[in-house]
Amino acid sequence: MHVALAQLVTGLSISAVLLLIALGLTFTFGQMRVINMAHGEFIMAGAYTAYMLQGPLGHQSLLVALPVAFVVAGAIGLVLERLLIRRLYGRPLDTLLVTWGVSLILQQVARDLFGAPNVEVRAPTWLDGGVDVGGITIGANRLFIMAIVVVSVTAIWFYLTRSPQGRRTRAVVENRQLAACSGISTTTVDQRTFFIGSGLAGVAGVGITLLGSVGPTLGSNYLIDAFLVVVVGGLGHLRGAVLAAIGLGLLRAYVEYWSHASIARVVVFLAIVAFLQARPQGLFVLKTRSLQ
Amino acid sequence: MTALLEVEDLEVVFDGFRAIDHLSFQLNEGELRFLIGPNGAGKTTLIDVITGLTKPAGGSVRFEGSELVGRREHEIVRRGVGRTFQTATVFEQLTVLENVDLAATFRMPYSSLLRRARQPAEGVMHALATVELDGLAERPAAVLSHGQRQWLELAMLLVQQPRLLLLDEPVAGMTKQERSRTGALLGQIAQERTVLVVEHDMDFLRRFASTVTVMHEGKVLCEGPLAEVQANPMVQEVYLGRSERGAPSLVGAVTAGTPQARSEGTDAADAT
Repeated sequence: MHVALAQLVTGLSISAVLLLIALGLTFTFGQMRVINMAHGEFIMAGAYTAYMLQGPLGHQSLLVALPVAFVVAGAIGLVLERLLIRRLYGRPLDTLLVTWGVSLILQQVARDLFGAPNVEVRAPTWLDGGVDVGGITIGANRLFIMAIVVVSVTAIWFYLTRSPQGRRTRAVVENRQLAACSGISTTTVDQRTFFIGSGLAGVAGVGITLLGSVGPTLGSNYLIDAFLVVVVGGLGHLRGAVLAAIGLGLLRAYVEYWSHASIARVVVFLAIVAFLQARPQGLFVLKTRSLQ
Repeated sequence: MTALLEVEDLEVVFDGFRAIDHLSFQLNEGELRFLIGPNGAGKTTLIDVITGLTKPAGGSVRFEGSELVGRREHEIVRRGVGRTFQTATVFEQLTVLENVDLAATFRMPYSSLLRRARQPAEGVMHALATVELDGLAERPAAVLSHGQRQWLELAMLLVQQPRLLLLDEPVAGMTKQERSRTGALLGQIAQERTVLVVEHDMDFLRRFASTVTVMHEGKVLCEGPLAEVQANPMVQEVYLGRSERGAPSLVGAVTAGTPQARSEGTDAADAT
């Protein structure tokens, strides 16, 4: 029982991180049909932002790092969209290759700037302890990550459903032509979506620093799993991403405990293959006319 | 009189197919013009070019004297050119009110963004009332019937207060009642604005007795009052030529003018 509960927390914290990363991927795909292989590097940018800030700001820097990482990763995403991806809309395969190249370049930039060895971001002292629940100790860092994600997802949900900008975003996702002919600047909406999606990856990067060390390839390690979340959840779907992230995170955590990490990966992959046989479109389908 | 819309020597090519072939066309301020022609004549393509969805291979489109070719879709809308789509197109995942509010957003000043988040923009309720959809304001647009969607599109257009409206088959697929309701709406709209309507429905054309432009194979075939166009042998040939291959005959109905033939023409228009 104790074990089951402990693994539940581990699984959910993995789910939380995956969800934040997957949100950006799923929205840039749902809206712009872009598969962004450089998304992982926004995570890395967020993690290194946390690393850079702990120098001048000390151990309490994590709270500052969250908004800063959002802006830093978002800005990198925006530059990438402006310089490259915007020119490749409607060419998914080219975008895939180009962003993969960008990903490699950004990893090398990180190596040059921060060195190849991994660096540590020390957690603030108030995240050292844990909370006792039913006889087991839940790490405060894992609770903190889950809190970040719950806040972020709620914010995104409010943004999409309650704000005029979010409404415009949903309009562009549903029907780009109609949106443009209703006077919406689709370019502006695209940029905003890219900024927010990349920013969320940056926030995820800060969260990841609490789970392990930070290296140049940090992002690509998480990217594959995030893609799996997107595929299982159904593209461009908030609810689907949440459910898929929780499902995959828990599956991995439990299998990992009862066997080991490699077996867990195999089991997760097999489960996804089986799932996609039954439901190739993912959990939810985005109703859109833009593909017609 | 200077033209509100001036299309000059326009050319659109899709993979070697000339959808619009050196077309020139003018629309005066305050006019209600009908655009007819057989399938594939380039009517919708013309609207697509005017609103920026399709880039022409050559030629120019001037609205109030300024060039529209090369401008983005939303810029053209903001200049006062609004359109509806051939298949009623609305945002199904938004409510009826949100649909109209969204179309109105570009008219709102930035300072009022927050206030508007809760309150619909000015004129939204008025536009909904004009098309009698105010009772359904909070329902998702997905529940609307086909006719109601067409009206919602009209409301989205009206709220933008365009000076030029381009309506692509506004009564296609509508019931008789819906059609006469739309007719009344159009009459109301056309009093204040310039309107270009793509429509085959003969009752519609008769009702407004305005100028008709006939397009064929990407060119303007002829232009004039309905009776004159109906009598034109070239127009008859274009339509009759197609009816020989089993396509619906418009001019058969137009020229015969009997009630029976008229309803045939109407049905034929619905089928397209």
